[in-house]
Amino acid sequence: MFRSFIALTLALFATTASAEIDIIEVTSPGGVNAWVVEEPSIPFIAVEIRFRGGTSLDLPGKRGATNLMMGLLEEGSGDMNAQEFQTAREALAASYGFSAYDDSIGVSAQFLTENQDEAIALLRQALIEPTFDRDALDRVRAQVLANIASEEKRPNSIASTAFYSAAFGDHPYGTNSDGTVESVNRLTQLDMHDAHQRALTHDRLYVSVVGDITAAQVGPMLDTLLGDLPAQGPELPNDIAFGLEGGTTVIDYDTPQAVAFFGHAGMKRDDPDFFAAYVLNNVLGSGGFESRLMNEVREKRGLTYGIGTYLVPKFHAEMMLGSVASSNATIAEAIAVTRDVWADTATNGITQAELDRAKTYLTGEYPLRFDGNSEIANIMVGMQMIDLSPEYVTNRNDYIEAVTLEDANRVARELLQPDNLHFVVVGKPEGLN
Amino acid sequence: MKRLLAALAMITTTATAQAEEVTTFTLDNGMEVVVIEDHRAPVVVHMVWYKIGSADEPVGASGVAHFFEHLMFKQTDILESGEFSATVAANGGSDNAFTSYDYTAYFQRIAADRLELMMQMESNRMTNLAITADNIATERNVVLEERNQRTENNPGALAREQFNAAQYQNHRYGVPVIGWKHEMEQLNIDDALAFYDLYYSPNNAVLVVAGDVQPDEVRALAETYYGVIPSEPDLPERIRPQEPPQRAERRITYTDPRVSQPYLIRSYLAPERDPGAQEEAAALVYLAELLGGSPFTSDLGIALQFDTQTALYTNASYDGSSLDTSTFSLAVVPTSDVSLSEAEAAMDQVIADFLANDIDPARMDSIRTQLHASEIFALDDTQGLAHRYGAALTQSLTVADVQAWPEILQSVTEDDIKAVAAKVFNRDQAVTGWVVATQEDAR
Repeated sequence: MFRSFIALTLALFATTASAEIDIIEVTSPGGVNAWVVEEPSIPFIAVEIRFRGGTSLDLPGKRGATNLMMGLLEEGSGDMNAQEFQTAREALAASYGFSAYDDSIGVSAQFLTENQDEAIALLRQALIEPTFDRDALDRVRAQVLANIASEEKRPNSIASTAFYSAAFGDHPYGTNSDGTVESVNRLTQLDMHDAHQRALTHDRLYVSVVGDITAAQVGPMLDTLLGDLPAQGPELPNDIAFGLEGGTTVIDYDTPQAVAFFGHAGMKRDDPDFFAAYVLNNVLGSGGFESRLMNEVREKRGLTYGIGTYLVPKFHAEMMLGSVASSNATIAEAIAVTRDVWADTATNGITQAELDRAKTYLTGEYPLRFDGNSEIANIMVGMQMIDLSPEYVTNRNDYIEAVTLEDANRVARELLQPDNLHFVVVGKPEGLN
Repeated sequence: MKRLLAALAMITTTATAQAEEVTTFTLDNGMEVVVIEDHRAPVVVHMVWYKIGSADEPVGASGVAHFFEHLMFKQTDILESGEFSATVAANGGSDNAFTSYDYTAYFQRIAADRLELMMQMESNRMTNLAITADNIATERNVVLEERNQRTENNPGALAREQFNAAQYQNHRYGVPVIGWKHEMEQLNIDDALAFYDLYYSPNNAVLVVAGDVQPDEVRALAETYYGVIPSEPDLPERIRPQEPPQRAERRITYTDPRVSQPYLIRSYLAPERDPGAQEEAAALVYLAELLGGSPFTSDLGIALQFDTQTALYTNASYDGSSLDTSTFSLAVVPTSDVSLSEAEAAMDQVIADFLANDIDPARMDSIRTQLHASEIFALDDTQGLAHRYGAALTQSLTVADVQAWPEILQSVTEDDIKAVAAKVFNRDQAVTGWVVATQEDAR
């Protein structure tokens, strides 16, 4: 029945916790690959589906099409209009989520074991036979336009939009995936059908299933759900280099607290140094209260409620990003301290004690992530998208442990580029030109 | 996809799981303990909830409960400043805390075999904090920046502050949890220590331990670490100023150029879940669902978003988890060519129609099914279950009340909902708030 049926028992042995999940790889009769974890203790099932591509597949002049299309999947399909579809969904107590991201679209579902066939049939209808009727299109379009208007007045959105635009220009990463008022107003029903055909295709499909279901049942279920999707999607966009140089951009906006969005080029997820960079970033700015930036900017000086940094390896570009907010009177100091910490870490590296602490935290925290059916399904579908194997769950902490101080500090010198760090500041900052 | 306006995101319903394994007991010093077993993963959530929130603060010191929550991460007689969180992280766990009107809670999520260390540190800071004036000055700036981030930079949050202040004429629910800025700026070490000495004591606390633990083991550890702390003999009875009869509707227009889309909110005083008396609250959960739970199937959604293009977004919300009188709220974001007064009239027509007409039995069945299912889904979230018990026990409910709640929800009838709707929809107890960018939008 299955072309392949490989069962692996993976144990997560961390310094402080161990968890065990059995990831079963299945291929359905129709050829859909999926990772499955059988968890019969609670009578429901979580399904996570991703398609690579996402809003980056928008055609020229159709910016926002993929986003709007995803918003319409729950607004009418088959012979049901939006209200009929939602009434049917509520009667099953199933929940479906449809999301659009830069590099993928996501479909999430949780439903009870007792009515799984009905819940899958209804979700299939939404994925395969959306109607994109005119009323629904206009209604959801108005909601998207309201969202665009709202983002134009939110300091954080203003900052990130300006940052990405300067860094990526005309590449899809450089523009808002919701689209513009003009582009969204022009989108038609035909555009929705096009976007649907382009975005949900077998060749870009990743699936995970966790819950009260056996691996043997998953294949037929997925064939019912996804069997009728088109085979192939359009070409993906090209990779693009991060195009923003070091500096500070101030966008005048009348609000009491200035927000800063900052960063420079980053590192690819499959770079051999990725784990060294990951541990380094934990020490620098993502390790909660213990990170260097949190300590210097918040704990010692009280300049902010929070500062964080992130490694962001997208499919077509990679960045090292951060954000901080501080009163207009103090944002200049918060930025100066951030630049100093960045430069000091690049030049002098981190200490053995910091490295050890970060490794202990990261290896201990990892097993705690596997704490629910939907969480496990999410982790597994994400792993598939970046081409990891199920064994990664077992080996991941070894990769963290293997990072040496030399690795971390070599990566600090290469990755952290204080002169290339660009801050986009939105507010009425004092002492910044 | 972010179609809902973030500023309007609200909690609509609460429901309790029915099958969790729960053990409860009380230590000799009065500290209540709840143990929730979930052996699927070797993880534990350790929470200490204090029955003290912003609505218990002394007049003039708004924000001190939340400010104090921040100070609890500073030095004690045996821990350096920041060492608590650093130790949790060094053991692979994460920790944080939160403050609301009715409670302040501290929690860690960590490997189950580290529970003893968590109890050792958490019990230590219950009575041995050693904060200094220096801690106060720096951390006060942090909470002021937190207020900037959450409130001053967010016109929707500023508007809500104004509406809440108008909704409650005497109760401290009218004062923001984070505090009024001018009072936050004056908070000092005396305010903080007075608060700590009185309220941070075992007879004012609830311990919730959820995860891969055995009740006997938790009891032994709790007795060792928390059981030895003397109870506070001067802990005052928790009596807070209550609302007088409200006799006049309040209407407010909040104007802020940072508002992108005009909208309106109506909130009414509404009964909360009380010990042994949760029936009205349960009926209000249904009322919120029927009126504005889903844009596709609720009365507001159908009338304003489908039958007419009056609104981009509608919502009704109610949260019965509250020590004192709660609120029932409605929100409408009109479409671009509809004025706020037209939208408000349409909303009021929906309420009038609801009161005049019968409730569709099919909708009742659907809501019952969804509430039942939400109890099954909730079993997947151990921390959520821990939160339910902690919140309930600091808001005067008992474990029996928490466990009765799903069944009470299932037994709500159409008549119950009509009765509570007739009682709650009293404009003399309501605030209507308009949020606009310019005066011209306030029409």
